[in-house]
Amino acid sequence: MIKRPGSLRRLLVGLTALSLLLLVASCAHNYPQTTLLPRGDFGRMVDKLFRTTVFWAAIVFVLVEGALLVAIFKFRGRPDDPEPRQVHGNTGLEVVWTMIPAFILVMIAVPTIKTIFKTSSYAEGDVVNVEVIGHQWWWEFRYPDLGVVTANEMHVPVNRTVNLRMTSADVIHSFWVPQFAGKRDLFPKKHNPLWFKAEVTGTFTGQCAEFCGEQHGRMGFVLQVQPQEEFDAWAASQRVGSPLVNAGRVDSTQMPARDAAADSLEKAGQAAFNAGGCIACHAMTGTALAGVLAAKGPNLTHVGSRSTIVGGMLQNTPENLARWLSNPDSVKSGVLMILPRKLTSQEITTLVAYLRSHR
Amino acid sequence: MATSVLEHAPAIHQEKSGLWSWITTVDHKRIGILYGTTAFIFFLIGGIEALIMRLQLMRPDNHLVSAEAFNSLFTMHGTTMIFLGVMPLSAMFFNYFIPLHIGARDVAFPRLNAFSYWVFLLGGLFINFSFLLNAAPNAGWFGYANLTERTYSPGLNTDFWVLGLQILGIASMAAAINFFVTIVNLRAPGMKMLRMPMFVWMSFITQILLLLAFPVITVALVFLMMDRHFGSHFFLPEGGGDPVLWQHLFWIFGHPEVYILILPAFGIVSEVLPVFSRKPLFGYTAMVFSGAFIAFLGFGVWSHHMFATGMGPIADSFFAISTMLIAVPTGVKIFNWLGTIWGGSLQFKTPLYFALGMVAMFIIGGLSGVMHSSPPADLQQTDSYFVVAHFHYVLFGGSIFGLTAGAYYWFPKMFGRMLNETIGKAHFWLMLIGFNLTFFPMHFLGLNGMPRRVYTYAAGSNFEFWNRIETWGALLLAFSLLLFVYNVVSTMRKPKTAPADPWKGATLEWLIPSPPQEFNFADVPPVNSSTPAWDLRRAGGGQLPEPKRVSGAGIHLPSPSIWPVVTACGVLGVIGSILFTHMKGWFVITLCGAAVLLFGIYRWAFEPPFPEEH
Repeated sequence: MIKRPGSLRRLLVGLTALSLLLLVASCAHNYPQTTLLPRGDFGRMVDKLFRTTVFWAAIVFVLVEGALLVAIFKFRGRPDDPEPRQVHGNTGLEVVWTMIPAFILVMIAVPTIKTIFKTSSYAEGDVVNVEVIGHQWWWEFRYPDLGVVTANEMHVPVNRTVNLRMTSADVIHSFWVPQFAGKRDLFPKKHNPLWFKAEVTGTFTGQCAEFCGEQHGRMGFVLQVQPQEEFDAWAASQRVGSPLVNAGRVDSTQMPARDAAADSLEKAGQAAFNAGGCIACHAMTGTALAGVLAAKGPNLTHVGSRSTIVGGMLQNTPENLARWLSNPDSVKSGVLMILPRKLTSQEITTLVAYLRSHR
Repeated sequence: MATSVLEHAPAIHQEKSGLWSWITTVDHKRIGILYGTTAFIFFLIGGIEALIMRLQLMRPDNHLVSAEAFNSLFTMHGTTMIFLGVMPLSAMFFNYFIPLHIGARDVAFPRLNAFSYWVFLLGGLFINFSFLLNAAPNAGWFGYANLTERTYSPGLNTDFWVLGLQILGIASMAAAINFFVTIVNLRAPGMKMLRMPMFVWMSFITQILLLLAFPVITVALVFLMMDRHFGSHFFLPEGGGDPVLWQHLFWIFGHPEVYILILPAFGIVSEVLPVFSRKPLFGYTAMVFSGAFIAFLGFGVWSHHMFATGMGPIADSFFAISTMLIAVPTGVKIFNWLGTIWGGSLQFKTPLYFALGMVAMFIIGGLSGVMHSSPPADLQQTDSYFVVAHFHYVLFGGSIFGLTAGAYYWFPKMFGRMLNETIGKAHFWLMLIGFNLTFFPMHFLGLNGMPRRVYTYAAGSNFEFWNRIETWGALLLAFSLLLFVYNVVSTMRKPKTAPADPWKGATLEWLIPSPPQEFNFADVPPVNSSTPAWDLRRAGGGQLPEPKRVSGAGIHLPSPSIWPVVTACGVLGVIGSILFTHMKGWFVITLCGAAVLLFGIYRWAFEPPFPEEH
């Protein structure tokens, strides 16, 4: 009953143009967390598999939706048309269209299973070992071989495989750096593997991908991919006062020299830090909790060196730190950090100076 | 004596009205309408929850709602749409049309049917009541332990969720047993299993899924309740429990649940396409067996929801292949629908629009489903907006489009009035456009790194463009639903002028007046094929006489009963009492609930099922 072949063609052309437009507009370059431009081997393997499925899906999509559109335009009827031929089925045809999808699925299944076996376990060889511990709602990264404990900011050397051993301190979280690898969940009292090799340097972001309570949306972190020397220098500076090295105790010779005025402000900050209850949850060099690994909050020994605070939510500036200390719950509702009382602005100033001096 | 029977007859079969008659009704058609109305209201509530979320996500770092409120919104949106929206909307069609399709007078257990409805209503009200206490569930619709344990969710929020689902599960189980028995036992003479309408077949398979899947979530919910209230530690790693166990139990229920949501829509579309193509369903037997195969495989794929949990390569491979296999019978269904319309004489009425829309949208959801059947690829997609896009294409694009096709198709049968075609088509186009604007960009967002269930996102992530488009799409979608409401309300004010068979239907319900009389069929018509109404029409030279309303004298119908309602209240009392375990003497509430429950069952059991003969 096709009356206007032109309209069908116009529709198809229009639809194709529209989908192209959508694809262009979705251009991955603009998205810092995109999975579509993998910057590491794990991500590339996954992406290749994804592209295989998209390839077959696109063929099926065009053929099946095309057939549907053709049928819709071709078989328009009127109420007074004679009854069409009453076809009940066609065994041959039905066998064929059962076999074709099965064939396509085999084309997807074979590379899938190959990739499953490559991506399921720990990496071996020359790797950087990192222990990832999820907390409500921040990330702890430990480098057992390097003696580094840090939070919300992971440093890795470029072109070396990073081997992650992941667990959770409370509920289930999921570690996701979309540019480099897929997700894997973190369970309490269990360890899960993940590995990736970053192939470009730069600063990237990742975030928790399993709903983990009120601030799941603000459980992000920063991934710094650095040249090996830069990474080594970073690790060396982070070792100083780390709970994993010498129980957090530091030789005074290792401390940088400071001018007297700043020093007195920091001294006051340290007093506030000790007296104000911060040490109940935060490991910090030079305090009673210096060597404690099981503290509830992030290890603050090198907090001044991190680019962000509060689970990747705020840039690490004096203003943001002061804002955070003045009322954590107004910045991130439900956060588990509890101040013993409202801090005075004087206390906040000294604490900011104290914390920022720990680089 | 004969005179006295005739005098008596109209009194029995008079159309009853008034609130009491609705509360005590055991008529499957009235219960169907109750299910439909209630579910549609819950569906609108779930839609409003979605709109608030879309407005919150319209711009980065937005503060329209708090993190806590957003978490409640997505939890309640998912829970509502699945358990209070789509499932009971399907139940409306089961109730109203399974008996009519198979030529039965009612369901097998009419009072149990009423009980199912009232338990469903009370369960839905119970969960939503939490909003009034500012304690709406907030741990996600799949309630992953150990986040849902008391340590991490100390409030009543999760209790409302656990207990509410437990109540709703009872409604689903009772209904599933009822429809299973109805379909097995009450078919008209001549209606062999392989002559049942495809909607009845898909409903039948759905009941089997319900019967096998709901006990699993019941067990999981009991475990979680024990953990939260009575000191066990099924899911607490500190006590030797395992949170992964919850995931397995939940998804052994949860994946068949997906087919519970979609198979009724498959059935509706398989009814609508042949009627409006004026051509029988292509490959009837293949459709039956593909449906059964989907259901069977549906129990062997649950762990594809858990590819990121690190199950190991063997388990990942097994569940990848079983998941891919499901695409084969699903493909068969789609090809058979194409085969049905191919060569037909398509009558472009609103039901056909929605049925074709369902096929077109479900294809997209099916293809994205194949994309995450591959575990390594799924590691990027799971828990991202890509998955949100996928399941809305199958649940909205599939289930809701299919159910809407059913609503337009069967509205004249249920209410004796034809919905307005122009508004219906406008509804379709706006819904199609709004739906795609809302959900298609989610594919892009997910692949570009936006996780699901985040209450906001940082400005630098560049997610705002597509999120804004999605929000406008969602508003358009909401507007299209308002058109539907307007269509229904304005149509209901018009007189009942719809003919018995406005679409030249193929199945038995079109042989009786619209709306049907209380007893459905005065005489059960002959059934010699899966399209009995077409057979009669052909025998009549293309015409069917308009059926007359008859007195129905001498037809026994079950009496109305209040005891299903009382029993349902007892169920609510017993299960709801767990909310109060922190109070001393809380079990008194349990005992009171149990007393009501037992009293209800006792009176129900000794109530004569039919009016006593005088």
